[in-house]
Amino acid sequence: MTTTTRIERHHYDVVVIGAGGAGLRAAIEARLAGKKTAIISKSLFGKAHTVMAEGGAAAAMGNVNSRDNWQVHFRDTMRGGKFLNNFRMAELHAKESPQRIWELETYGALFDRTKDGKISQRNFGGHEYPRLAHVGDRTGLELIRTLQQKIVSLQQEDKREFGSYDARIRVFSETTITELLLDGDRVAGAFGYYRESGEFILFEAPSVVLATGGVGRSYKVTSNSWEYTGDGHALALRAGATLINMEFLQFHPTGMVWPPSVKGILVTESVRGDGGVLKNSEGKRFMFDYVPDVFRKQYAETEEEADRWYTDPDNNRRPPELLPRDEVARAINSEVKAGRGSPAGGVFLDIASRRSAEEIRRRLPSMYHQFKELADVDITAEPMEVGPTCHYVMGGVEVDPDSGAAFGHVRGLFAAGEVSGGMHGSNRLGGNSLSDLLVFGKRAGGHAASYADGLTARPKVAVDAVEAAVETALAPLQRDTGESPYTLQQDLQVVMGDLVGIIRREGELADALVRLAELRERVAKVSAAGGRRYNPGWHLALDLRNMLVVSECTAKAALERQESRGGHTREDYPAMEPKWRQVNLVCSLDGDSVRLTRKPLPKMRPELISLFDRAELAKYLTDEELADFDASVADAGEADNR
Amino acid sequence: MSAKRQFRIWRGDETGGDLQDYMVEVNEGEVVLDVIHRLQATDAPDLACRWNCKAGKCGSCSMEINGKPRLGCMTRMSTFGDEETVTVTPLRTFPVIRDLVTDVSFNYEKARETPAFAPPADVAPGDYRMQQVDVERSQEFRKCIECFLCQNVCHVIRDHEENKQAFSGPRYFIRAAELDMHPLDARTDRKEYAQAEQGLGFCNITKCCTEVCPEHIKITDNGIIPMKERVVDRRYDPLVWLGSKIFRRGETPQTSVTTARQGSASLPGTSRGGVHSHAGGSHDPQAEAQAQSGVNWHREVPHPTAPAVDDRGRLPLTELTFDRAAAPSPFGDDVTFPMPPEHLNFAHPDQDDKH
Ligand SMILES: Cc1cc2nc3c(=O)[nH]c(=O)nc-3n(C[C@H](O)[C@H](O)[C@H](O)COP(=O)(O)OP(=O)(O)OC[C@H]3O[C@@H](n4cnc5c(N)ncnc54)[C@H](O)[C@@H]3O)c2cc1C
Ligand code: SF4
Ligand code: SF4
Ligand code: FES
Repeated sequence: MTTTTRIERHHYDVVVIGAGGAGLRAAIEARLAGKKTAIISKSLFGKAHTVMAEGGAAAAMGNVNSRDNWQVHFRDTMRGGKFLNNFRMAELHAKESPQRIWELETYGALFDRTKDGKISQRNFGGHEYPRLAHVGDRTGLELIRTLQQKIVSLQQEDKREFGSYDARIRVFSETTITELLLDGDRVAGAFGYYRESGEFILFEAPSVVLATGGVGRSYKVTSNSWEYTGDGHALALRAGATLINMEFLQFHPTGMVWPPSVKGILVTESVRGDGGVLKNSEGKRFMFDYVPDVFRKQYAETEEEADRWYTDPDNNRRPPELLPRDEVARAINSEVKAGRGSPAGGVFLDIASRRSAEEIRRRLPSMYHQFKELADVDITAEPMEVGPTCHYVMGGVEVDPDSGAAFGHVRGLFAAGEVSGGMHGSNRLGGNSLSDLLVFGKRAGGHAASYADGLTARPKVAVDAVEAAVETALAPLQRDTGESPYTLQQDLQVVMGDLVGIIRREGELADALVRLAELRERVAKVSAAGGRRYNPGWHLALDLRNMLVVSECTAKAALERQESRGGHTREDYPAMEPKWRQVNLVCSLDGDSVRLTRKPLPKMRPELISLFDRAELAKYLTDEELADFDASVADAGEADNR
Repeated sequence: MSAKRQFRIWRGDETGGDLQDYMVEVNEGEVVLDVIHRLQATDAPDLACRWNCKAGKCGSCSMEINGKPRLGCMTRMSTFGDEETVTVTPLRTFPVIRDLVTDVSFNYEKARETPAFAPPADVAPGDYRMQQVDVERSQEFRKCIECFLCQNVCHVIRDHEENKQAFSGPRYFIRAAELDMHPLDARTDRKEYAQAEQGLGFCNITKCCTEVCPEHIKITDNGIIPMKERVVDRRYDPLVWLGSKIFRRGETPQTSVTTARQGSASLPGTSRGGVHSHAGGSHDPQAEAQAQSGVNWHREVPHPTAPAVDDRGRLPLTELTFDRAAAPSPFGDDVTFPMPPEHLNFAHPDQDDKH
C-alpha cells in the first residue's frame, strides 16, 4: 500500500496521548517549559473519564483538621495499598498534592469552602482525616474544566504572541492513536486516525506521554466508558515498556444494580462519608461483621460510636462503612452470596433515614439527580440498591517514580495517571486518583519536555512501520468473513467477569487463559461493516486487540499471585502473605505473547518506614524485614543518645 | 420484561440522509442510549453516536428525541407510550458529520475566544479565601457539562448562520457570568465584553436555553438577565449618559442622542434601532415592500434585536416582573400562526439564480 504519502503529518516536541486530568496537566507543564505540545483524545475535549469523578481530590492541606499532614496521608495511602505501593510515589504524592490543588485555584477552580474561606475537605474511605477537596459531587468535572480552561488561556497567550491559538499547544479531539513508532529503542512518534473522517494522522515527536486511563471496558459491570480499552497499557507493551501490578483491579463497592441497563454506574462514596449506611435484606448494618484485624483499631465497634463519629471524629472511631473499597466490596459480595441481598442482587445503601431530604439534596445533588432520572428512585425517601462494579486498575506502566519515564527497553516514553502503575499498590484510596493525576501529570510533562531538550538529533519515523500501521488499521474493514466486534467484546467481558472477577480461583484463571487464547484467534479475524467515517464498529474492532492483551496480563498475574491482597482476592489463598508483599509481577511482550517476571519491591527508606507502629508493620512485613526494622530503630536510637 | 419497539433514526452524512425504521428489543429500565447500543450490536454496527459516561455527566450524547433536544443516556424509555414510535435525530443547529454525530467545533471556537480567568496579582496559591455563598453563584454555572443543547435551541444560532461570527451563545454567556461573579477574578469588564464581543444584545430572553439545560442551570434568570441589567445600568442608561454629558462643567451637551443603545452600534442587530424582540416577522420597510410585491426569495432575514430599555434605563422584562408565568414565545408575541406565505423567509435553493 502506498497510502503513506497522503497521511497528514505533524511535528511536535511532546505528544500527550489522553486529555483527562493527567494528560492535560502534563501538556500544561510541557507547554510552560516552552515545548510545542499536542494533546490527543479519543473523545471531545473535556469529556475524558476524569469528568466522571465525583467525590474529590485527596490532599493533606489540613483545612478541616489541622492535624493532617503529608506523613498521615502517606501512611493512609500505604495502608490502603496494603504496603505494595511504590513508596517513593506515595511520598511524592502526599507531599505535592496540596500545591497541585492550590495551583488549580489560580487557574480559576472554585472548590467548596470552609467557614473561614479555605478549601473545604470531606471524609472518604481510608483517609484518617477529612482530606478530599471537592465541589459538591462533581469534583472531576471541576478539575477537567479548570485544566481545559487553563489550556485555553495558554492558547490565548500564544495567540497574542504568535497570532495563532495553535502555535504551541494544540488539541486533537476525536483522534485515536493505534501505534507508537520507534527509532531503535527511542520513541519517534505516534500513529492514529481521526474518528470523524477515518483519515490517518502521524505525529513525529521525540517524547510521548501516555495518559490514556484504564481498562474497565473488559468487564460487563463497570463504571468505565467505552474509552477504557487499555490502549495506553497496550501501546506501552508493544513499544517495549513493562506493566506492573496488573492483577489488581478495584471493584467499587457501590455501583447501581437497578435498573439493569445502568448496572455498574457509580454511587459515590460520599454517600457513606456523609452518613449513608449499608444494610442487608434483614435490615442489619452488616459492615460491623467485616472489619478485618489490620483495621480493628481504627473502626467503631458499635452503631452508637459510629454515629457519633460524624460530628465528633476526634473522640470516636469511624464507621466500618468507610473501610477501604476492597473490604466493602468483598463484604457486599459475601452478604449477597449468603442470600441476604436486595431483590436486584445488591444490598441497600440508606441515607434517607439518616439525613434530612434537604440536606441530601444539597450535599449530594448529582446522586439525587442520577437516581431520580435513571432509576426513578427518590434517595431522600428510599434506600438505594448497590453492588460492586469494576472501577479502577491499579496496575499500569512501570515508571520511574520521580520522572514518570517508562521502564523496559524504550526511551522517550512517559506515563501518568491511571495508565501508570505503582502509586496505589494493591488498592487505591478514593480521592487519591485525582491528586495523582495532577502530581504525576506535572512531573511526566516536565520530564518529557527536558528529555526532548536533551536530544541532539530527532529520532526518525520509519516508512515501513507507518505502512504496517496503516495496514493493521484497515484490515477489519477489508475482511467480511470475520465476526462482529460487538460479539467479541461481549465474549471477552463474559470471560473476564466470570473467571477473572472479584473472587478468583486457580482453575478458573487457567480456564480464562485458554479462552483468551481462543479469543485472540477470533479477534485477529474480526471484520467491521461500513466505511471509515465515524464508524464505531471499526473503532471497537481496533480497540479489541488492546483489551485482549491487557486482559491476558491481568489473568496471568492473577494466576501467579497466590495470596489475597487489595484488589486481588483468591478464594484458594484467602490470606495476605508477607512474602508476596516483596514481589511485583511485571508483564512484558515477547513477540506476541505476554511474559511474566517477578521483581522485588524497592525498600522503603528508614525515615518513612519509621512513620508506622511496629505493631502495624508486623501485619505486613516478613520476619526478616521486621528484624531489619528493629535494627534500624535501634541504630537511630543510639545515634540520638550519642 | 422486554418488548419490541419502533424506532426511527436519522442515518446519513453531510450529503444527505433519511429516517430509517428499526424494530428493537427494549427492556425494563432502559434509556434511549441503551437502545442505540443494542442497534449497534445487532442491525446497525456502524451507527454513529457519541457517548461516554452514560450517567448524564459528560454531555456527549446530545441528540433530538421526538424533536426535543435531550441527553440520550438520561431519557428513559418508560417516558414514552407503549406504541409510540421514538424518532432520534442529530442536533439541528450544527453540521452533521454522520448519523447522530454533529460538528460542534463552533462551541470550542467560542470557548477559545472567551478571555480566561485572570488570577489576582497579589494572592499566592494557597492563600485564596472565599466564602461559600460567594462561590455558589459561579458554581451554578460551572455545573455545565457542555452538552451544547442550549446552543442547539438558541434561535440566534439556529436560524441565522450569519450570526455565528458575532454571537457566542448561552453556554458562553454563563461562562462570562461565572467569571463576572467569581470573587477573585481580576478582570472587571466581563459584562461589557459579553455585550461588545459575545453578542449578548442579540439574546432576546426567550429562555429556550434554560428549558433544555439538563443540569437545570438557570441560564437566563441567573446568568443572562443580571448581565444585561447591569450592562444597562452602567453604560446604557440614557439619563446617566446624558447627565454625564450635560453636567460636566465647561462642555456643551451632546444633542445627537437618539437611541439608548449607541454604545453598541457596532453590533449589526442593534444598529438598526428596531425594538422588536423576535426573529421571525420583519419590520424593515424594504423587506416589507419586497414581501408585498411577492419577491421574497432574497428577503433578508431581520436580525434579532434586544428589547429597548424602559424609562428607568432597565430592560422591560425580568422574569420576576413579566406579565406571564411561562416563557414568552420564541417567535415574538406579535406573530400569529400560520404565517402568511409571503412572510416566510424560506429561500428555495433552485430558484436562487432566477433573481
Ligand atoms: C465514575 C467514576 C468516579 C470516580 N471518582 C473518583 C473520585 O472521586 N476521586 C478520585 O480521585 N478518582 C475517581 N475516579 C477515578 C478517576 O476519575 C480516574 O482514575 C482518572 O480520572 C483517570 O484520569 P486519567 O487522566 O488517567 O485518564 P482519563 O481522564 O480517563 O483520560 C484518558 C484520556 O485518554 C484518551 N485516550 C485513551 N486511549 C486513547 C488512544 N488510543 N488515543 C488517543 N487518546 C486516547 C481518552 O480519550 C481520554 O481523553 C473515578 C472514576 C470513575 C469511573
Ligand atoms: S434566552 Fe433565547 S435568545 Fe437568549 S441565549 Fe437563551 S435561547 Fe438564545
Ligand atoms: S448550560 Fe446546560 S444546556 Fe448549555 S451546554 Fe451547559 S449543561 Fe448543556
Ligand atoms: S453519555 Fe455522558 S451525558 Fe450521556
